[in-house]
Amino acid sequence: MDLHTLTIHATRTAIQERKTTAFALAEACYARIQKEDGQIGAFLTLSKDRALEQADRIDRMAAEGKPLPPLGGVPVAIKDVMVTRGVRSTAGSKILDNFIPPYDCTAVARLESAGALILGKTNCDEFAMGSSNENSGFHPVHNPRDLSRVPGGSSGGSAAAVAADMVVAALGSDTGGSIRQPASFCGVVGLMPTYGRVSRYGLIAFASSLDHIGPLTKTVGDAALMLRTIAGRDPMDATSADVPVPDYVAELEKPVRGLKIGVAKEYFGEGLDDEVRQAVESAIDKLKSLGCEIIPVSLPHTRYAIPTYYLIATAEASANLARYDGVRYGHRAHNVKTLPEMYRRSRDEGFGAEVKRRIMLGTYALSAGYYDAYYLKAQKVRTLLTQDFKEAFRTVDAIVTPTAPTAAFRLGEKSNDPLAMYLADIYTVTADLVGIPGISVPCGETKEKLPIGLQILGKHFDEATILRVAHGYEQAA
Amino acid sequence: MKVSEKDVAYVADLANLELTAQERDGMLRDLNSILDYIDLLNELDTSNVPPMAQVSTHEHANQDKQHSSPFDASREDILEGLRPSLPQDVALANAPDADGTFFRVPKVIER
Repeated sequence: MDLHTLTIHATRTAIQERKTTAFALAEACYARIQKEDGQIGAFLTLSKDRALEQADRIDRMAAEGKPLPPLGGVPVAIKDVMVTRGVRSTAGSKILDNFIPPYDCTAVARLESAGALILGKTNCDEFAMGSSNENSGFHPVHNPRDLSRVPGGSSGGSAAAVAADMVVAALGSDTGGSIRQPASFCGVVGLMPTYGRVSRYGLIAFASSLDHIGPLTKTVGDAALMLRTIAGRDPMDATSADVPVPDYVAELEKPVRGLKIGVAKEYFGEGLDDEVRQAVESAIDKLKSLGCEIIPVSLPHTRYAIPTYYLIATAEASANLARYDGVRYGHRAHNVKTLPEMYRRSRDEGFGAEVKRRIMLGTYALSAGYYDAYYLKAQKVRTLLTQDFKEAFRTVDAIVTPTAPTAAFRLGEKSNDPLAMYLADIYTVTADLVGIPGISVPCGETKEKLPIGLQILGKHFDEATILRVAHGYEQAA
Repeated sequence: MKVSEKDVAYVADLANLELTAQERDGMLRDLNSILDYIDLLNELDTSNVPPMAQVSTHEHANQDKQHSSPFDASREDILEGLRPSLPQDVALANAPDADGTFFRVPKVIER
């Protein structure tokens, strides 16, 4: 079977029709990982026993002529910020180097119940903090399309694993752009659902009001199928929404003719690379030719999104990462004489530089005397950003933007300048702050053959529309 | 300079991070440059804007005002089934040091 062309549907069909077996497919994926991952670095842990046991189960069903579940035999990878029972989960950090979770993330459990094979855990920026996967506590990830470049972050491992045909699909997480931007850099599809659409139970928390779980896939159809499988209310996550899950797959084929697509001038200004601009403008022309109405909109507070994000996300992170203290799990420093010394040294030894930077910034923003000027101020600007989108969505059904201002940059290029790295998130952070869904689809390449991503943003709980637009574009492009 | 060396030491203390001297220097530089950039927010007059801590506290653009928020985190006081707790041995399994019943840590010494 050609690993490059496998979609979820094709995989399941091939196994159901006994053209191949789940076992053989899993072995083929592992062979590919063995061959290529030395150079790419997408995986941190492989879960062969678990994957092959599931493969056997699926193959038995196929042999007995039973209908396979929707993701029957489909090899998937899980970003290491999601816990997997009995399988090492590190969040990309040395502080959890030896952590073996006693439970499964809900999204992972739902994929497995639907027949997916969990092949392994993918590399990511430490605690999902980063835009290049250079902040992994273990090793960086290299972009399969150009090994000297970053895959994007923080779900760099998941994006690379899909782009390199090591798996058919993967789960990632997105707090400031971490699904969409690596999808854009690696030339795959990345979907961030509405906040609360997918349970966060089992997602190692970075920023609780901004974290999302979502799929990275080769096609929009596959993203729709993954979303349908993992979405829905979970009693284990009080912030998971009690909103019915539509059949996203059935909605895909609805024509896009007549849809109103907003283009915001603030997303096409200074800092946007010319080749990216051209590719995105061509994509917008394509949507117009499919019968969409292109309407100019304004999102006036866009330039304030990054500072807002870096105050709220870091403040929440400083609270969420307080639990890593060497007491119950994770790294504990040796030769410590007092409890406070144990906390401080365990954390200083276990956390990387970017994580420490963000904890410090967040702690500062919340500290007495600064709370109003920083954290509270950011929360108010968050309201203004939400109002921008609310206003825009009165006249349009979706908004298209570039996913990132550039294509993949080189490893080391931005790693000495934290602020430059933060600015790479300019087009993705607002969706996280406002809680709306967004999808990135490939829309061309630069002269150097680097992928470019088109981002489509939608109204809360209207993933169906953005999937429809993305699918329509994908089929026509 | 917004942040001084004393501030860095104070915040590191609050965050329970023991930074090396080199880390403290780097932190001083980075925090100042980031906070300078964050000053951009002062261009906005937010005196009459309510704060937004999380998405769920606001009605959504496409929600009918009569429906309650889909994120209603409160629920009826009925147990959604009594789930078993994590067994003690499983809870202790990742502990750096445990005695079979408790997590073991160094003595807390009063300053």
